[in-house]
Amino acid sequence: MEAIAAIGRGTLGTVQTLGNAGLFILYALWAAVTPPYRFKRVIAEIEFIGAKSFLIIFVTALFTGMVLALQGYYTLSKFGAQGVLGSAVALSIIRELGPVLCALMVTGRAGSAITAEIGIMKITDQVPALEMMAIEPIKFIVSPKIIAALISLPLLTAFFDLVGILGGYLVGVLMLGVNEGSFFGEMIRATEFADIYGGLIKAVAFGFLISWISCFIGYNAKATTEGVSSATTNAVVMTSLSILVIDYVITSVLL
Amino acid sequence: MIRVENLNNKFGHITTANNVSCHFEEKKVTVLLGGSGSGKSTLLKQMVGLGRPDSGSIMFDGKDITSLGRKEIYELRKKMGMLFQGSALFNSLNIFENIAFPLREHTSLSDSVIKTIIKIKLEMVGLRGVEHMMPSQLSGGMTKRVGLARAIVLDPKVVFYDEPTSGLDPIASGVIDKLILDLNKKLGVTSIVVSHDIESAFRIADKIMILFYGNLIAEGTPEEIKNSSDPKVRQFVEGSPDGPIPFTLTDKDFIEDILID
Ligand SMILES: Nc1ncnc2c1ncn2[C@@H]1O[C@H](COP(=O)(O)OP(=O)(O)O)[C@@H](O)[C@H]1O
Ligand SMILES: [Mg+2]
Repeated sequence: MEAIAAIGRGTLGTVQTLGNAGLFILYALWAAVTPPYRFKRVIAEIEFIGAKSFLIIFVTALFTGMVLALQGYYTLSKFGAQGVLGSAVALSIIRELGPVLCALMVTGRAGSAITAEIGIMKITDQVPALEMMAIEPIKFIVSPKIIAALISLPLLTAFFDLVGILGGYLVGVLMLGVNEGSFFGEMIRATEFADIYGGLIKAVAFGFLISWISCFIGYNAKATTEGVSSATTNAVVMTSLSILVIDYVITSVLL
Repeated sequence: MIRVENLNNKFGHITTANNVSCHFEEKKVTVLLGGSGSGKSTLLKQMVGLGRPDSGSIMFDGKDITSLGRKEIYELRKKMGMLFQGSALFNSLNIFENIAFPLREHTSLSDSVIKTIIKIKLEMVGLRGVEHMMPSQLSGGMTKRVGLARAIVLDPKVVFYDEPTSGLDPIASGVIDKLILDLNKKLGVTSIVVSHDIESAFRIADKIMILFYGNLIAEGTPEEIKNSSDPKVRQFVEGSPDGPIPFTLTDKDFIEDILID
């Protein structure tokens, strides 16, 4: 009896949290599209979420492309099909690894920082201080981050794809000696617009998830230092898991 | 100016206001005294609409804050300033931008006018020259003064202070006391101060109220409070651990508590 009641309470709690998270994002989006607009805040957030992620994305993408070429070459050479290495590298990156790894890196770098920032604003009374100055905190703090993430993630993912392919080229063509013509020829022949488009849809969806979850958890962190630190951990774990699940869902819908 | 009527509020089993009624007079300094956890900050937040009480009303300029919508509350807030317990400066902005923030948000003043206003406000709190520093570089007393400059930048009619002197050394406390009095006497700002600092209350208050775990137990001028014969008030004023105000929170008998366990 106790156990059933506990499960019931747990379920109710989860449903309630999901409901609150839904209302939260609806309000933030509505606030984003109604004046006064906060272009400056959006630009500042794009700089933080997007521009400052370039280096980490560059390194991640380069090594991902390089290891893909190495692994791909090993597998393909068993069938004597090294010629298609270019398309194998490009398709794995554009369709799958680009958006997912990019989103996971941004989660670790910017998502955690967003949760911590909002949590700290809460425990130091900066959120009520905004209220006292007659400024809606969600519109001021959260909405610009959501818009910035929606813009930044597709751009970062496109950059990831480019650098990843460059990494594949370095290892595949320059190191392992795959013919340059067939590397790029196969790549161009096999990659369709739908692949690129699908990858970018994922990127937008992940940008949405990262900003939504990090902001929501930060905004609802318990107003103590422990509350903020556990919120930061939770946000990273929740966002990463959601990215992997949603990635599967989008892939299965797009295929 | 602000009239609280039959206010009740509980968080779970903690009562922060038990049928509280009181009046905060215009252009006066009223200090709400009470031990920590007695519900002072909660009452202050409810007076500015940052949280709703369970029941009762809070009349401000003829409007009941507890039943206003967001838009109307935001309109009223432009007449209010608040100095938070931890100053609540935006840690990502420098001192200048912190104080300029309400001006940039709510006025269309030019940069040069904003610059002048900020010089004036910083001069008022005795801190001209710190414009380009970040909040983390200032001492506790200085951040409170910057918080005060920001709270008064739109020339509010009422300023709310949450524990303005807590955590400050006696000299810094004295400076804050003087600033509160200056604002009140020179500009006629209605001042509502929540505090547990009795010395400071006696220095600045026109009227003192004492809140004890949600109950308003005394109200009067500093003289009246000093000379009160009410044992609870005496204990509070003298700061003695023994008296009608219990040292422990539970009202269970100690001996019984031990024996039963
Ligand atoms: N939002 C809240 N939710 C639950 N309990 C709260 C909340 N705010 C304050 N409390 C509790 O109410 C009591 C009074 O708090 P507060 O008004 O901050 O007291 P004071 O400012 O006099 O120290 C404390 O026990 C505090 O833990
Ligand atoms: Mg308090």
